[in-house]
Amino acid sequence: MPGRAGFARASVRNDRSMRLGGAEVGVKISLTVNGEPRETEIWPGESLLYALRERLGLPGSKNACEQGECGSCSVLLDGSLVCACLVLAAQADSHRVETVEGLAGNGELHPVQDAFAETGAVQCGFCTPGLIVATVDLLARNPEPTDDEIREALSGNLCRCTGYAKIFDAVRLAAGGPR
Amino acid sequence: MSTRLELGKVGESVRRVDAIPKVTGEFAYASDLFDAGMLWGHTLRSPHAHAGIRSIDISQALAMAGVHAVMTHEDVPGDKRYGLEFADQPVLAFDRVRYFGEPVALVAAEHPEQARRAAAKIVVDYETLEPVVDMERAANQEPIHPQHWTLGHGFRDDRRPNVVRDMRIVRGDPEATGDVSVEGYYELGIQDQAFLGPESGLAVPDGEGGIDIYVATQWLHVDRDQVAPCLGLPKEQVRIHLAGVGGAFGGREDLSMQVHGAMLALHTNRPVKIVYSREESFYGHVHRHPARIWMEHRANRDGKLVCVRARILLDGGAYASSSTAVVSNACSFAVGPYAVDNVLVEGTCVYTNNPPCGAMRGFGAVQSCFANEAQMDKLAAALELDPAQLRLRNALAPGDALPTGQRVTGALPVAEVIRRAAAIPVPEPEELLRDPIRLPGGAGNTTRGEGVRRGVGFAVGFKNIGYSEGFDDYTAARVRLFADAEGELTAEVHCAAAEVGQGVTNVLVQAARTELEVDNVMLAPHTTASVGSAGSSSASRMTWMASGAVQTACRAVKDELERRGGRLAPGEEIDLERIYRHPRTAPLDPETGQVTDERAHVAFAVAAMRAVVEVDVDLGLTRVVWIGTAQDVGKALNPQAVYGQIEGGTAQGLGLALMEEIQTRDGLITNASFTDYLIPTALDMPPVESVLVEDPEPDAPYGVKGVGEPPTVVSTAAIVSALRDATGRELARVPVRPDDIAL
Repeated sequence: MPGRAGFARASVRNDRSMRLGGAEVGVKISLTVNGEPRETEIWPGESLLYALRERLGLPGSKNACEQGECGSCSVLLDGSLVCACLVLAAQADSHRVETVEGLAGNGELHPVQDAFAETGAVQCGFCTPGLIVATVDLLARNPEPTDDEIREALSGNLCRCTGYAKIFDAVRLAAGGPR
Repeated sequence: MSTRLELGKVGESVRRVDAIPKVTGEFAYASDLFDAGMLWGHTLRSPHAHAGIRSIDISQALAMAGVHAVMTHEDVPGDKRYGLEFADQPVLAFDRVRYFGEPVALVAAEHPEQARRAAAKIVVDYETLEPVVDMERAANQEPIHPQHWTLGHGFRDDRRPNVVRDMRIVRGDPEATGDVSVEGYYELGIQDQAFLGPESGLAVPDGEGGIDIYVATQWLHVDRDQVAPCLGLPKEQVRIHLAGVGGAFGGREDLSMQVHGAMLALHTNRPVKIVYSREESFYGHVHRHPARIWMEHRANRDGKLVCVRARILLDGGAYASSSTAVVSNACSFAVGPYAVDNVLVEGTCVYTNNPPCGAMRGFGAVQSCFANEAQMDKLAAALELDPAQLRLRNALAPGDALPTGQRVTGALPVAEVIRRAAAIPVPEPEELLRDPIRLPGGAGNTTRGEGVRRGVGFAVGFKNIGYSEGFDDYTAARVRLFADAEGELTAEVHCAAAEVGQGVTNVLVQAARTELEVDNVMLAPHTTASVGSAGSSSASRMTWMASGAVQTACRAVKDELERRGGRLAPGEEIDLERIYRHPRTAPLDPETGQVTDERAHVAFAVAAMRAVVEVDVDLGLTRVVWIGTAQDVGKALNPQAVYGQIEGGTAQGLGLALMEEIQTRDGLITNASFTDYLIPTALDMPPVESVLVEDPEPDAPYGVKGVGEPPTVVSTAAIVSALRDATGRELARVPVRPDDIAL
């Protein structure tokens, strides 16, 4: 420890049991993430988003509002679109999760990813993973959405940079239509 | 590690440099960072808008499991205050807290929840004080700061309590009268940048007393210059590296976690990561200044403006941040892009115990534009003139003088932009029997068309590009040209320009490819460690400044290459750093607001916008149907990115027009969440039809102008103009609430 003046107030403790309000960390969950079986220990209060980002090494899903308003953490849970911040990690035990990291394969982007990159739908990109997962979900349910259907389907995903126009272009392009 | 890129030249629409990592989820934002042995930092914040601090007891917090450090103001190793322009803001509060959410203490723990719970165990003994919350009264109340921080900095001498800056622009005869006069009193609420990536960073001690900070910021070097003195370290021992930035919009100009994370990391000798929650983000950065503006416009029967008088009051909140420049901008652009011979603008920004305000996209010009354009509409109505025609009649042109006396010397196609915007055909009204998603109220299904009225609005926005009033603004770039084993050339570009989503990394690469005519261009990481300052990604300046710096450095490299016979041997390299400066500016006279040299602002940009709205006048619900806009962009370096800036900037102005406001009660923020602070969704945004007007700026590299701010400046005014047309109401305050229309 560098002994800087004024830095002498706290003591370091190495308590690896990670007590949280008396509860031991150490609940084990098993789930399938992007097709792979995964196991991890969690504290029961952790969200699926936290477990993905901090315990499973998958930070692609983003944490921007913690209350299901922004859609930045959108993932597919057993094929259903959810906000990973609103699902407890423990609830995902024995379930199947798909995140943005699972979309590209064999060195090829998913067509939705390619469309977002091509149309300029990405600026800061913080909303992008959630929007891409939500678009994959939309096109799986409705391969040829109308403009109104696109707007409604993506209205749970906030973007602060683009004004959405190029995101709509990307969805239309990914659906095989004109931009 | 550098990123290798093969992308186009200046003027071509090119895919973003960072598009692939951003669509695959691999792009590392500041909140995604991780390091072995990393701890989580958390900030304890004030629950009061104004209170004295009698004592802080950290003993319980320190005793909690997993906690490695608890720190207060007593542990700040160096300067206890910092600030972007005036060091008036405590790193951690001592003696007093001046706003709700002000940082008071820090915790580092193994798990973020442990850190939060420990922070809740810190006992702070507060003595609550009467908060100063009314901007109209602040200059007559007890000062909230022990000293007058902004006195003696060349501003108008105003010693009233809580005055951050008072200024006055006087030109011609402010008593001059015309045939008609209109006046109005306008208000704007507090807008938040609401970038999606919350404030985050990772501080890593280097083992030798120094620190590396990986952070989402707008200006790496000015962060370093503020952080180092607070840590009591020389600048060389503080290295700031740009981590992935999830949007900025002005809200990352000021420090957030930088000093806090470094204090915890240096103390624990462990990497420390701090990630703000959304609620904390609302407390963790400055906002757009709320404003109260009175204006009077006097004109002749033919519509020519004779005299404009304005009084602008801004609430700067608890600390100065960039308020002195914001109020100057609000005053400088108060009369818009119109030629007026007689002007009196008085502007004041005050300290209060409300949330601190500073930079947000548009930077003072948004507030003035809203008021001034409402006035132009009133004037058009009083004179029975077409609103676009009235504006054309007064359009500023190169050679004309601004209210500050500055002559427009560069490109400024105001009339052209107005004409082009006015010429975009407005879509025909759609039949009322339609999917409710395309009606006011949307999926709420509140009307089938009854009570719905259509309105069309027009507005013109005007703002400066770059830093002003004598600020020594520059950007450094370093270019390393080297030859591989076959003698093929590769260029590596170093520039600390913050990529905040706007696409400046593409500009760096495009400029290098254009200048060097080398296919292989690599981009080095943005850091204070390997190159000089780039200045801030602010004031619509970075494309201009960064392309200028890369152009200058590349030309120096090219000259050296020629000197060496036009080729490099395998392994040979040229490595040169150069600084680019825009034309010099000078301060305004503190008493008259007139220029003291050729210019106070570098250059200007203008945007005009038409908006179509539908309003359910029974319920006060609104829908923006369509927007058409023309913008003066100088030269579009990457047209796809320019359209993206216009669409996104328009959305932020729409938010201020219709929904975005930080609500406070006695200084306490009551809506610090995305449930209660609404930003436009995919259902709120209409199609935006954009026309780029390219009139190259003579003083700028490639003729470029910044493009980020003008759409935000103009769109609030254009949309509310359309709402007035639909409702016949004055609508002098934004955001416009349903009650303002229906009751």
